Amino acid sequence: MDSGTDAQLLAALRAGDERAFVTMVQRHHAAMLRLASSFVPNVAVAEEVVQDTWVGVLRGIGGFEGRSSFRTWLFRILINRARTAGARERRTIAVGDTEAVSDTEAAVSASRFDGSGSWLSPPEQWIEEAENRLEAGKLADFLRTAIDDLPDRQRQVVTLRDLEGLTSGEVCSVLEISESNQRVLLHRGRSRLRQAIETGIGRPS
Amino acid sequence: MMRLRLRRRDLVCQQAVELVTDYLESRLPRGDRRRYEAHLAGCPHCTEYLAQMRKTIELTGTLTPDDLTPQMQDDFIALYRQWHADDAGEPSPEG
Repeated sequence: MDSGTDAQLLAALRAGDERAFVTMVQRHHAAMLRLASSFVPNVAVAEEVVQDTWVGVLRGIGGFEGRSSFRTWLFRILINRARTAGARERRTIAVGDTEAVSDTEAAVSASRFDGSGSWLSPPEQWIEEAENRLEAGKLADFLRTAIDDLPDRQRQVVTLRDLEGLTSGEVCSVLEISESNQRVLLHRGRSRLRQAIETGIGRPS
Repeated sequence: MMRLRLRRRDLVCQQAVELVTDYLESRLPRGDRRRYEAHLAGCPHCTEYLAQMRKTIELTGTLTPDDLTPQMQDDFIALYRQWHADDAGEPSPEG
């Protein structure tokens, strides 16, 4: 069920293999839903956007020649449809670089440093505990919630980069943001996730 | 000629945590990179912090999608069959 690259699945799909389609949908569903949700007001609309995206993929598949990666193509279609749906649902959202990324959010709360900028309250140890919980299957839900709690634009970038594994260039292309904004949003998002894990499972060292 | 004049303005921890992503993305200018690594060499807390950021990225990458519910699988198969039927009925614009 989980085997095959996107390219192999795409070939199977064109050949009429409906299981290949379901495998492909499953592979990208969570990330697509998470991204769509940052543009539209509720899950029901986000699910419509995802379905609609797959209709677009099927319709366009004959013309997809692999000049961009399949994922880039897929997520571009998704973002376009999510924006359209978001506008229709009258949700005002920041997209692209129309809104400047402000540079005020700290990776770590200033209260954890002393006046000279040295750690006052150093990072709590959690790596080992996180690995234990991961093995026990108790980390995934926690982490998913933490990702869902990120601000929209950070969630978009983290989802595409760290969940879906797109390159920074692909993320910039899909979200229509500059490379430097991409990096700032990634930094904020990852920093928040680290903090969430520390708060959730860290112990004082 | 002695080249011992290390004109290094030391980083403090609060600055170091803001450089982690640029460091991991290989986007730090060489001078900053050197200063960051020099800071790590003397700061176990920032070394731990970097390790935690790497682990955070790794953990996020291990998340696998939840299985589609049987209902959703059925919906998507129906979607596919619909497309396949339409596709067979009319010539594709791409030829």
